[in-house]
Amino acid sequence: MAVAEAVDTSPEVMLTFYRRLYPFKSIFNWLNHEHAPTRLFTHREFAFTLQGDVYLRYQCFRTAEELKKQVCQLNPTRFEIGPVYSFRPKDKKTAPPGAFNPVQRELVFDIDMTDYDPVRTCCSGADICRRCWAFISAAVQVLHVSIREQFGYEHLLWVYSGRRGIHLWISDKEAMELTDDQRKALVSWMTVIQGSPESSKKLNVRLNNRSLPPSLQTALEHLATIFSELVLADQNVFESQQGFESLLQQIPDLNVVKALRETWSEDPSRSSEAKWADLKSQARAYAKGSTQRINLTSAMEDIILHHTYPRIDAEVSKHRNHLLKAPFCVHPKTGRVCVPVDPERIEEFDPEKVPTVNQLLKELDSVARSEGEIGEHHSDWERTSLKPYIDMLDKHALRLMEQVRRDKRGRDVSW
Amino acid sequence: MFKSNERKPFIDDKDLVQVTNHGALRYPHRLNFYDRPPLYDVTLEEFETCALDRLRILAEIESSAARNRSWEELKTVTNAQCLKYLPLHATSAKTVDRDAERRKDHLGHFVLRLAFCRSEDLRRRFVKAETTLFKIRYDGDDHVEREMFLSSRDFDWIPVDTAEKAEHRKELLASYQGSKIETVREQTFEAEKYYKVKWTRVPDLVEKRKVFLKRGWAYVPGKEQSSIVFAEFEANLTKALEATARALPRLDEDTRIVPILDNLSQGFLAGVPSEWIGSAEHATGDEIKAEMVDELAKKHFPLCMWTLHNSLRRDHHLKHFGRLNYGLFLKVLGLSIDEAIAFWRKSFDRMTDDKFNKEHKYNIRHSFGLEGKRANYAAKSCMQLLTSGPSEAGCPYRHYSPENLQTALLSAYSSRGLTSADLPEIMATVKAAHYHVACTRVFEMTHSTFGLKKGEGVGGGESVTHPNQYAAKSMEFYKAQQDNAEAMVVE
Repeated sequence: MAVAEAVDTSPEVMLTFYRRLYPFKSIFNWLNHEHAPTRLFTHREFAFTLQGDVYLRYQCFRTAEELKKQVCQLNPTRFEIGPVYSFRPKDKKTAPPGAFNPVQRELVFDIDMTDYDPVRTCCSGADICRRCWAFISAAVQVLHVSIREQFGYEHLLWVYSGRRGIHLWISDKEAMELTDDQRKALVSWMTVIQGSPESSKKLNVRLNNRSLPPSLQTALEHLATIFSELVLADQNVFESQQGFESLLQQIPDLNVVKALRETWSEDPSRSSEAKWADLKSQARAYAKGSTQRINLTSAMEDIILHHTYPRIDAEVSKHRNHLLKAPFCVHPKTGRVCVPVDPERIEEFDPEKVPTVNQLLKELDSVARSEGEIGEHHSDWERTSLKPYIDMLDKHALRLMEQVRRDKRGRDVSW
Repeated sequence: MFKSNERKPFIDDKDLVQVTNHGALRYPHRLNFYDRPPLYDVTLEEFETCALDRLRILAEIESSAARNRSWEELKTVTNAQCLKYLPLHATSAKTVDRDAERRKDHLGHFVLRLAFCRSEDLRRRFVKAETTLFKIRYDGDDHVEREMFLSSRDFDWIPVDTAEKAEHRKELLASYQGSKIETVREQTFEAEKYYKVKWTRVPDLVEKRKVFLKRGWAYVPGKEQSSIVFAEFEANLTKALEATARALPRLDEDTRIVPILDNLSQGFLAGVPSEWIGSAEHATGDEIKAEMVDELAKKHFPLCMWTLHNSLRRDHHLKHFGRLNYGLFLKVLGLSIDEAIAFWRKSFDRMTDDKFNKEHKYNIRHSFGLEGKRANYAAKSCMQLLTSGPSEAGCPYRHYSPENLQTALLSAYSSRGLTSADLPEIMATVKAAHYHVACTRVFEMTHSTFGLKKGEGVGGGESVTHPNQYAAKSMEFYKAQQDNAEAMVVE
């Protein structure tokens, strides 16, 4: 990625960031669901990655202030959030054997751009640009709707991972309490593209009667549009020889494959859109309702899903004790802050516009200079471009706390 | 103490409708969710036997998983075992004392809960085996009785009414799995009754996308209803075990019970039922004399004990763990204390009397419970031999290198019909770390002359779980054949 200004994530920069900008209170509210500290916070594991890649696990804190104090003291390059355990993680060693277990944990998802390498043409590996971010935004839209519609969860927080991916944290009470088995089941339900990129052909979609499950049918309608805009027009995935060969591999009808290969080899500059249209007309050549046509249409549906359906890193979601980087940490390579993202406006989100830690510190400097003040403020972030993002987290946490209050009151009334 | 309450079987009255019988039964259903603990006095003996009999079945279920048996095989084997140790008849079986059977089932389950709530690992395995047992019974239960059982309990599912079914018809039909023929599928779908539950209760169906999900509710078709029942059973039991584990230290426990529970929970490890308890049940009748051991070793011993015997004969000595394991094995096999001392004295023939009396006699008497804390030590089970270190005279299938194992197998068993052509199969099982399966297979091969076939284990599909069980079973086969021969001579 082209980073215009130099990225500086030196210890001094990080310390200032934690001291003056990091929203500990907001993070506390979001994790704790209430104002007074509960087990959701006090029994929660934090893990620090210190300068020099020293990894410090099983940290825990009673309050937001305590967390801030420790973070400023240890000055980690980043820190991660783990599950709520049955004992305070600090007391891990003194707990009776076998009794120290994760009990609660946000349901988390991780979508990473590297999983999209086989289907994107603009960048590869760690790189990301505005164009391929569209894959992520398609994934977010599908996942956001599916989770809410199918599983009924309400409290979803999307967080940019600082470089090339996005995290989802679900804080509903039921989601927090899911067991590993239930998480695994949910992930399976959500997973369409299985296996490594090499075996990318394997799709986990069809029921035994060859029809698409209703959940995917709904997603497909939306993804079809994205497919033509993103995969065909923008990324032009099938233009190269390699590109169209992998497309042909996914077509079960050998006659069609042969015919298409001939046409396409003769005309190497044929665009992806034209090629897709060729495939469509091949399908239409078969009588409506014929087996060949049904097979071909199914194959085309599979291809659309294969290119656009969310590619989830299943291991992250399956186990409660998986650690995930806390929101508002700074990505050590890009210097960008892991900010929350509004799923409704995901298409407008540009990872390159996300403030970097250096930019934020500069903003702080100019504010201080213009006001001629000396000293630190408690809510310094209010004067920087971090504000809208922290507001987003605060609003999210507020809704969560509201819900918990309502649930509590509901329980009281029932007495 | 329950005798007074036991009822005589009903005299079959043809005019009486079957259902009228149910009220008379203390346990109206064959299936049991074990919601209520048994609240009555039991004798210590009953306490133990109920648990042991149930344990045999659970252990068989566990080892079936290791042997990779199909569901059908598992069902056959388990049902056979159940019939032997824990018969449980349908309510319609009027000639048997169903209440007594069900009481035993109930009691055994709760005793084992006490034994298996102690560690995470034991709990997990117990839940798995119990759930499988429940599934097998549920599967084999009479449809009418199953319905009655289901309606006797609140499963907290919401029946989906026709209006709601119609509303989601498209989605429900799309996720409905049925016949390959579309029209047939649609017909069965129309007749299908749907239930709504929180999706978290049917994770297995969600995982395979067998249900329709809407805002956290899973729409489960009637034919997948069992999934809810099984998940409920599993969840209930898991929770109950955890509660029991927490309560256990506070229970005012009878000191007589703790050793029984310890014994039970230890025995379950590594797919092993219980200690091979007492020779009384399995004694082959005649007392075993010291000089018979050579002959028995050749014919009936499992590889572990055969190797020990062999090295004892070769070196005129055994190391500590060898003496310990082999000594206890011989004790359970039926050697009396006097015979045991005679046997060991003769075996250590390069030792002075003085040294023997000083260093070994005490230990032998100790292992018979005649010295020291006077505990009646049980012989080591396969589980213990499997988990011991290689230097401690453990299981040869586990601890020997492949080459040594093959040599040992041939020299031990070639006289009993094992050929080198059989070795690849055994070695493959060993490689997959299913040591007791390998041992069971060897038993089957070396007893094929008695008509034992592959898959029958040591008889009735049971697998090898204890060296003494191996030897006892082998001796039973031998004896049965001799009896047959005698019978023929008499005729």
